[in-house]
Amino acid sequence: MKVLVAVKRVIDYNVKVRVKADNSDVDLANVKMALNPFCEIAIEEAVRLKETGVADEVVVVSIGSKSCEEQMRTALALGADRGVRVDTGDGLDSLSVAKLLAKVVEKEAPGLVILGKQAIDSDNNQTGQMLAALLDRPQGTFASKVAVEGDKVQVTREIDGGLQTVELLMPAIVTTDLRLNEPRYASLPNIMKAKRKPLDLLTPDELGVAVSSNLTLLSVEPPAERQAGIKVSSVDELVEKLRNEAKVI
Amino acid sequence: MTILVIAEHDNNELKPVTLNTLSAAQAIGGDIHLLVAGSGCQSVADAAAQIPAVAQVLVADNDAYEHQLAENVSKLVQGLAASYSHILGASTTTAKNMLPRVAALLDVNQLSDVMAIESSDTFKRPIYAGNAIATVQSADAIKVMTVRGTAFDPVEGAGGSAEVVSLSEVCDAGSSRFINEEIAVSERPELTAASIVVSGGRGMGNGENFELLNKVADKLGAAVGASRAAVDAGFVPNDMQVGQTGKMVAPDLYIAVGISGAIQHLAGMKDSKIIVAINKDEDAPIFQVADYGLVADLFEAVPELEGKL
Repeated sequence: MKVLVAVKRVIDYNVKVRVKADNSDVDLANVKMALNPFCEIAIEEAVRLKETGVADEVVVVSIGSKSCEEQMRTALALGADRGVRVDTGDGLDSLSVAKLLAKVVEKEAPGLVILGKQAIDSDNNQTGQMLAALLDRPQGTFASKVAVEGDKVQVTREIDGGLQTVELLMPAIVTTDLRLNEPRYASLPNIMKAKRKPLDLLTPDELGVAVSSNLTLLSVEPPAERQAGIKVSSVDELVEKLRNEAKVI
Repeated sequence: MTILVIAEHDNNELKPVTLNTLSAAQAIGGDIHLLVAGSGCQSVADAAAQIPAVAQVLVADNDAYEHQLAENVSKLVQGLAASYSHILGASTTTAKNMLPRVAALLDVNQLSDVMAIESSDTFKRPIYAGNAIATVQSADAIKVMTVRGTAFDPVEGAGGSAEVVSLSEVCDAGSSRFINEEIAVSERPELTAASIVVSGGRGMGNGENFELLNKVADKLGAAVGASRAAVDAGFVPNDMQVGQTGKMVAPDLYIAVGISGAIQHLAGMKDSKIIVAINKDEDAPIFQVADYGLVADLFEAVPELEGKL
């Protein structure tokens, strides 16, 4: 079985984003970029499926400009076999990304498509679900456990207040939550090896998808700032303030 | 302009977050219809009909909708969509699972986690874990969106008598099957629903020391969380993580113990009403967002705090 993993290049989760002075967007100039953390979990899961013999090939896909090949190489270093990049501008909306991915999935015919549940930049949490809808295939979102058995996959999902397990007919779409696994670090030999792994290029034209959007970003503002409060000198003072001033205990 | 709101329920009770979602629909303006899709969900439909803000309750009562499987419910909603200008759901795992599917079937985008309505086509939503707020305009014919419940005051839940319409169409994709559900029954409240959260960071030193926080949490009826640093150090499991890559919490009281205040942690808790920080490093960034800061050794301060609660 082939597993396809879609990944996104995003701002590193340790970097504090700043809004541009003209409020047009956030400022990503000279900011450290990384593989989206949920996508890293998706890659790890696919590689584990290969290591346990469930999968025989892991293909990593990313939609964006040449710069996202850096993150695709990271995915290849973590154990993906080859890459496919669809050459577009950066920052496409979820629907466009899902349409392009759907075409790549039709070409590659994987048994399982694994994506992160959301990207930590746009925080949309949509692409996996949209991809599943466009392909008319079942979905297991926010997965904390994935078990393939024959032509079915059981996915345990993180839902509000607990866990839900569903059984999906494959091909199926899975999106990852935090508890699914803990991604490995890429070793130096694997980073070197990843540089020689194949990375193919496709265009939206070749896939027959017209990329456009009905969404317009009007402005981006920083959130209301939180003011630093006071320092208390003792536990007694803290308890007194919480009881009588803040009235929260 | 008519708006369809997806009711959040468990086939027995209408969940209160539905009232917050209806409030967002009211802010858009127009007639509001409420969809109750479930199985054996008559009591939910009855409760829904009492909400004065709702003009019509649509009830789809069938086994196919019992567990809110996205494959089935999304097709049901798709079939209804043509009559509506907006389709709204709460930012819960149920609607987040289902609505993007509806959007794709309708060939429109979705606006996630909307926190303010500027007009019928312009909305504010958080991006970068709430570190920036985007104002987005949608030209899609049908606007599909999830709504952040805490950003909207709930509408009245009683006093109305909406018309109830039964839907007979059954959408069963047949590609997914519910196996089981384990809803956590912990002594402590769930992290994202707790009104008080006590979290520990790398300063806790090891996993056993989290017992100090558990004791404080038990006295306060609080949930226990952790920073990513504490999770990465192996002190506690990942599901306790509060932060951009973990759970987002906004309790009335958040007590950060031995947490320095990395950006990714602050992103997950800075909407808390009152923040308390206990840390021995007085320059720790956590103090810049804390309402009450206590510079102290946590191994002395936390047991003392527990004793005085």
